[in-house]
Amino acid sequence: MITAYNLTKTYGENTVLNIEHLEIPKGQSFGLVGNNGAGKTTLFSLLLDLIQPSSGHIINKEVQVDQSEDWKPFTSAFIDETFLIGYLTPEEYFYFIGELRGRNKADVDALLSNFEDFFHGEILGQKKYLRDLSKGNQKKVGIVASFIGNPEVVILDEPFANLDPTTQIRLKGIIKDLAAKEGVTVLVSSHDLIHVTEVCERIVVLNKGEIVKDIHTSAETMKELEAFFAG
Amino acid sequence: MLKHFMGLQWKSFFRSATFKTEIWFKILMALGALYFIVVFLGMGVGAFFLIKEMEIGDPLRVVNQFMIYYLAFDLVFRYMLQKMPVTNIKPLLYLPISKSKVVNFSLGKTIISFFNIAHAFFFIPFSIVLLTQDYPPLQVIGWHLALMALIYCNNFINVMVNNQNVVFYVIAVLFIVAGASQYYQWFDITVYTQPIFDFFYDIPWTAIIPWVILIGLYYGAFAYFKKHMYLDGGLAKKQTEAKTENLEWLDRFGNLGTFLKNDIKLIKRNKRSRSAVIAGAFFIFYGLLFFTGALEVYDGPFWKIFAGIFVTGGFLFSFGQYVPSWDSSYYPLMMSQNIKYREYLSSKWYLVIIATVISTILATFYIYFGWEAYAAVLVGAIYNIGINSYLVLWGGAYVKTPIDLTSNKKAFGDKQAFNAKTLLLTLPKLALPIGIYAIGHFLINPMAGYIFVAVFGLLGFVFKNKVFTMIEGIYKKEKYKTLLAYKQK
Repeated sequence: MITAYNLTKTYGENTVLNIEHLEIPKGQSFGLVGNNGAGKTTLFSLLLDLIQPSSGHIINKEVQVDQSEDWKPFTSAFIDETFLIGYLTPEEYFYFIGELRGRNKADVDALLSNFEDFFHGEILGQKKYLRDLSKGNQKKVGIVASFIGNPEVVILDEPFANLDPTTQIRLKGIIKDLAAKEGVTVLVSSHDLIHVTEVCERIVVLNKGEIVKDIHTSAETMKELEAFFAG
Repeated sequence: MLKHFMGLQWKSFFRSATFKTEIWFKILMALGALYFIVVFLGMGVGAFFLIKEMEIGDPLRVVNQFMIYYLAFDLVFRYMLQKMPVTNIKPLLYLPISKSKVVNFSLGKTIISFFNIAHAFFFIPFSIVLLTQDYPPLQVIGWHLALMALIYCNNFINVMVNNQNVVFYVIAVLFIVAGASQYYQWFDITVYTQPIFDFFYDIPWTAIIPWVILIGLYYGAFAYFKKHMYLDGGLAKKQTEAKTENLEWLDRFGNLGTFLKNDIKLIKRNKRSRSAVIAGAFFIFYGLLFFTGALEVYDGPFWKIFAGIFVTGGFLFSFGQYVPSWDSSYYPLMMSQNIKYREYLSSKWYLVIIATVISTILATFYIYFGWEAYAAVLVGAIYNIGINSYLVLWGGAYVKTPIDLTSNKKAFGDKQAFNAKTLLLTLPKLALPIGIYAIGHFLINPMAGYIFVAVFGLLGFVFKNKVFTMIEGIYKKEKYKTLLAYKQK
């Protein structure tokens, strides 16, 4: 589904990302881990054409992302709060994203009804603008909005951070289902090793911009990762 | 302690993320401030003699008569532009500094604000002129001190009513109604207020009264802030109850409707954009200065075109100018969503066009000043639609300063308003149509001048697709720089 070729990103002398080859097949749940500054968000930003690669390119389902905008209809993401429109209510935001993705109100409502327990009664019908929601609730809105319109690729940067334990557990279920049942390629980054090993079939470790481990998740994965990060 | 506070101020000024890049703006700010100083100085020195020449009475009494408007206008101006002192208090809250000190410092800081100092450039020279004209010194000093106190009273009133829109609008409306009824001679508020100001002059020791009020207001503001210095009190972001709106009537425009809906919400729900639109609406009346012959300098034929452009282009200049910065806080979303640049740009374009058409309809009352006045308005509208609408979008590609939607301050008192490229682009917006008109006016006749400008505007309209492709290209080229710039708040 997604392939990166000779992808690098440098700022001045400083190379923050250097990936020779990375291929993510369709329907894989892909986990990205690494310390601060490892290049996780850089990779995701490149995937969304928010920054330009210094060399190389990314192909997302036969579309080169820095050349054409045609990857947008089947790709969605939640990176940070800049993906939210602060002056909308959650409902309006969902409908807005829905309209951009060719979904009418009824479609969006049907999708949202699946997430009622995920929202925990704190999102819909609250008479609050997104900017007035707590960080955790904002995140819930952003994550659910990225599921609107049956995207084939979903990119979530640090989806577990700031969420309460109950929601973390629910989110893990949702992500697993997306990949397993609906064939969606899910890309997730996290600092929490336990969460990614639970959710992702495959885990890639970035260190200083380079891929240092590429693991198919198994019972030993957790130990392997801990050993790596303990240094 | 004061030293620490001053140090923090100093650093926050010189180390702000945009300090170096926006040096242009600082220079312009300084020039703007200088301009006001010169205007105030000129008024201070000249007002006395000007009024005397007009022979409408004792200059001091005339100034006193209109002083109520001066103060009211000052208050409105402050409300819109003066920055509030409470920002950046948060990190100081849990430090071992007494709250009184923090509040005193924050309030004290407003005293040396330009909004107060500027008035000194009027009152000091004016008082000196009075003294040289043999007005009794004691009485002049009393009057001067009283008015100084009143200016500072405004300062603290503004501090207290800030963010209370209701109070502001009530004052603004009262002010406009009073002004209008005076103009049409229904009711003259100055009859009642003039004696107050005369009083300070006639009985100089009464100047103590405004000072007592001032001290009272200071303590009022002090107590107010001290009491509200909690995260869930005065420092909390104000939350308004949200209402979900569907605006379904816009659905028929397809994707375009989606964006228009969003833009309407953007304008309605954010302070900053709301004030931009209100400011734009006021431009409709700007033409009155030209067409009524109120100001002699504006009597030339080209000024009519100039007026036409501004009357119908208020929204274009106040809102359109800052596309795409309005969307700066969620630009990454817009760039990764299923949105084509062209659709995004055309929705903004349509918004500008719709607003221009509405302004043109509202400006129909200029017919009262003769066909030529309304022709200028119409021609201005055509030029705005055909040419200026593209130019603002084009210029927008270079505006890379994020806009904080929730804050009204800095609406044009801050770096967001200017940069070199957008300034250059204002030239064709205003100078070009005047030039085209001049050619027609001098070669043939005024009518031809209007026709030339209109034809130019229509030509722009015809080439819409071509121009859009070009603008789209520029936006794409600038996309990454823009994204990066918006990240640095």
